[in-house]
Amino acid sequence: MKTLEELAAIRDRMKNKVAIREGTNETRIVVGMATCGIAAGARPVLNALVEEVDKAGLTGTVSVSQTGCIGMCRLEPIVEVVRSGEEKVTYIKMTPEKAREVVEKHIKGGKPVVEYTIGNN
Amino acid sequence: MIRSHVLICGGTGCTSSGSVKIREAMERELTAQGLSDEIKIVQTGCFGLCANGPIMIVYPEGTFYSHVKVEDVPEIVSEHLLKGRVVERLVHHEATGDNEKAAVPLSETKFYKKQHRVALRNCGVINPENIDEYIGTDGYQALGKVLTEMTPQQVIDEIKKSGLRGRGGGGFPTGVKWQFAADQPKGKKYVICNADEGDPGAFMDRSVLEGDPHAVIEAMAIAGYAVGADEGYIYVRAEYPIAVKRLEIAIGQAREYGLLGKDIFGTGFNFDITLRLGAGAFVCGEETALLTSIEGHRGEPRPRPPFPAVKGLFGKPTMNNNVETYANVPQIILKGADWFASMGTEKSKGTKVFALGGKITNTGLVEIPMGTTLREIIEEIGGGVPNGKKFKAAQTGGPSGGCIPASLIDTPIDYDNLIAIGSMMGSGGLIVMDEDNCMVDIAKFFLEFTVDESCGKCTPCRVGTVRLLELLEKITNGQGELEDIDKLEELCNYIKAGSLCGLGQTAPNPVLSTLRYFRDEYIAHVVDKKCPAHVCKNLMQYKIDPSKCVGCKMCAKGCPANAINVNASGEVKEGKKLPYLVIDPKACVKCGACIATCKFKAIYKD
Repeated sequence: MKTLEELAAIRDRMKNKVAIREGTNETRIVVGMATCGIAAGARPVLNALVEEVDKAGLTGTVSVSQTGCIGMCRLEPIVEVVRSGEEKVTYIKMTPEKAREVVEKHIKGGKPVVEYTIGNN
Repeated sequence: MIRSHVLICGGTGCTSSGSVKIREAMERELTAQGLSDEIKIVQTGCFGLCANGPIMIVYPEGTFYSHVKVEDVPEIVSEHLLKGRVVERLVHHEATGDNEKAAVPLSETKFYKKQHRVALRNCGVINPENIDEYIGTDGYQALGKVLTEMTPQQVIDEIKKSGLRGRGGGGFPTGVKWQFAADQPKGKKYVICNADEGDPGAFMDRSVLEGDPHAVIEAMAIAGYAVGADEGYIYVRAEYPIAVKRLEIAIGQAREYGLLGKDIFGTGFNFDITLRLGAGAFVCGEETALLTSIEGHRGEPRPRPPFPAVKGLFGKPTMNNNVETYANVPQIILKGADWFASMGTEKSKGTKVFALGGKITNTGLVEIPMGTTLREIIEEIGGGVPNGKKFKAAQTGGPSGGCIPASLIDTPIDYDNLIAIGSMMGSGGLIVMDEDNCMVDIAKFFLEFTVDESCGKCTPCRVGTVRLLELLEKITNGQGELEDIDKLEELCNYIKAGSLCGLGQTAPNPVLSTLRYFRDEYIAHVVDKKCPAHVCKNLMQYKIDPSKCVGCKMCAKGCPANAINVNASGEVKEGKKLPYLVIDPKACVKCGACIATCKFKAIYKD
């Protein structure tokens, strides 16, 4: 038999999983996954992002999704981070290692990794 | 991490248009593309846009795909789920903007914008076969709250204060009903959920049960605590196999979690629920007939008083609510009576679910705050009457309700307004009719239904409705006389006054309300022997317009009765190469096949 505490625990565990359907994520990470992006290695970048966000326990507030070609194919893989109330940050020429760093410093720490952003490398 | 959820509707509408195959194909494709660890398929309840099924929504983007076919699945997976390119051609038309870039979010489409989902809040959001997902959207928190923080009387007071009224049709204040049952002496009591939804064209309750069965179970347990009952029955139609299956799963899961059974949350409160399947009789939706049926007898109503609250199931005090009423209860407990009472009109609080059907673009399920006008429902949410036809009337309340004519389209919908204009809220079927519908024929349709469904126990209903139907048949056959209209009205009033239960008491309503607003159509049938909408076959003829007919004989080839021939004198109209054709009214069986074949629109109904 469940107690109220157990019920609350299930709720908290499930809330994160259902949150994605409410479109209320505070942070959206978008990976360019057109042919150009995939050819440049966007898939491992996406996998790394998904893994890191999960590890950090942020699945309730952060979504990872893909988008088509942004038009800057030579700068792929491109990752955009959109946080509510802040300007969009665009990272270029990403690798799985850089992606992990972005999750650590930008998503968790709140500070964009300037050296990977567009116009800075 | 699951980065994307693919929601596939598993309601009855989308299941019949093939959503199960879509789900299987999606599972195969995700495995084949190696995406099954990061993308989750969720089978949900009804999204509401049943006419556009099978429906699929992909989150986090919230992309709304409609009319999805199995062949489309590989493209959705490889394009959208892998590469992030939305498959534009499958996006629901209302959700696409003027150009490709300006896709409209789901909540901003006309269909959803004015809706407010309370009873349907989890339909199309959670997997109804997974209790954890229900708990994840605050499920069973309300039950926890009442059992640990509130007395039964406080629960009843909260429901009273919310202004919730019965959603099954009558609109009786729910809190007052609970109070009656609670005020009975302590002892064995029952709580019932009436899920015997039987109005033609109504499927609100089915959708709630299919999409969010735990909400009903939780509410019944709350009601049980409030009135002092430890046992509940859900009486559901056997014709709702998906709803029955999900209820069975949900009850099983709730028992496993100890949310049904003995000593719930360790508070000493016991409550369990049994499912009873109805055999398809409409009268069993009437509460006393329903109770008789649960007891194992033939489903016939019994006189009231004694009311079920005093002497109901197995002679014990019984509290009976409709599915949608229950679905509102946990929300009221969690968010408070004031929150609920802030929606709606002065005497009708909250929202109401309607099943939109008939001549409407968006056939499906909608939930709107009380007080929304019929115009908003039909023109905005419903997408209007298709094929450029003119709106004529809306029928609410099924065989117990009446028609709302076009002149009253701006009436705010609530219990009292609908009664005032001669209709009723009913359980929520809303059938839209256009200029091609004959109102006498509509009245006849509903009478045929009640004649079939009358249980036969009392004479006014058993015999009276048959006599009513005979009069209507006489009128639609062209043999009606003016005095028949008076006879109709008189008989209607006798049936209303003399019938034992709600079925008979309301059976004449479709006749009375069409007489009230469309008496001219009855008179046209009787005096002019014409059916203005060209529906009643004995009062209309198919004719060919000689000036449009080119004499191609396409219609004649398709005519099953060989009723179409060249005109008797073989006359050829000016500018035509062949003699025009005529229809022999004696041979014509009025099947309408000729109208469909004529490319020149030369055939018309008169």
